[in-house]
Amino acid sequence: MIQAEPSGPVRRQDIVGDDDVVRVRQLVRTVAVETKLTLVDQTKLVTAASELARNTLVHGGGGYAEVQQVTNGRRLGIRIMFADTGPGIPDLDRAFTDGYSTGGGLGLGLSGARRLMDELDLSTEVGKGTVVTAVKWER
Amino acid sequence: MDRVPVLPLGDVLLVSIQVDLEDQLALRLQEDLAEKIVATGVHGVIIDITALDIVDSFVGRMLATIASVSRVLDAETVVVGMRPAVAITLVELGLPLRGIRTALNVELGLRMLREARPEAPVEELEPDDTTAAA
Repeated sequence: MIQAEPSGPVRRQDIVGDDDVVRVRQLVRTVAVETKLTLVDQTKLVTAASELARNTLVHGGGGYAEVQQVTNGRRLGIRIMFADTGPGIPDLDRAFTDGYSTGGGLGLGLSGARRLMDELDLSTEVGKGTVVTAVKWER
Repeated sequence: MDRVPVLPLGDVLLVSIQVDLEDQLALRLQEDLAEKIVATGVHGVIIDITALDIVDSFVGRMLATIASVSRVLDAETVVVGMRPAVAITLVELGLPLRGIRTALNVELGLRMLREARPEAPVEELEPDDTTAAA
């Protein structure tokens, strides 16, 4: 489990179309700038958010994202959460493997996002949906 | 804006991506560019991504596809202007863009394309350019 307490408002963005992936990126960037992440960390965070938002859209059939500034008592961070009510992921090991894709992409979405973020949790239930939560901490 | 402009620049096509790319816009660019390569007969394409603050796997794949399609149509593609943070992120994402030529800016990209086709008669784009093909 990710240990993080809220330190800012929850901001939510529905993900139902391509343009919402762009909106998620913009929302995450806004919070990253407010949290004063370094430029490289902002870029990694926004890129990971873009991958996860597209997963929500393409694999989950749409859903929503929540973005929030959080703290672990020592450092600030940004938590991004993506939820869908899609088919779920039957084989998690494969879903985290580079190059494995069911959506016609490069299969880098989940594995790449995990590398770009500091922490990443995924819970999924076949037939019910998937929730991905990830945090990027300030240095 | 619903199209990324594709501009003739001497004997190459210049694509300067100035907007946060939606997926559909990226797909349309691939098609527009392929048609324009055939219509103009150019042998080089420069894609300027200076304005892009991220390149995710979708856009990375688009760049690779454009480079492959262009090559089939006898044109080389050079991606220019990648920001340092974008380069770091792309490699960590697992997308090192192998097979895509890159240059730091448009001028260096033009030079790269010219050197790739030294036998072709090239219009001088820089009056002070004295480097002749060896």
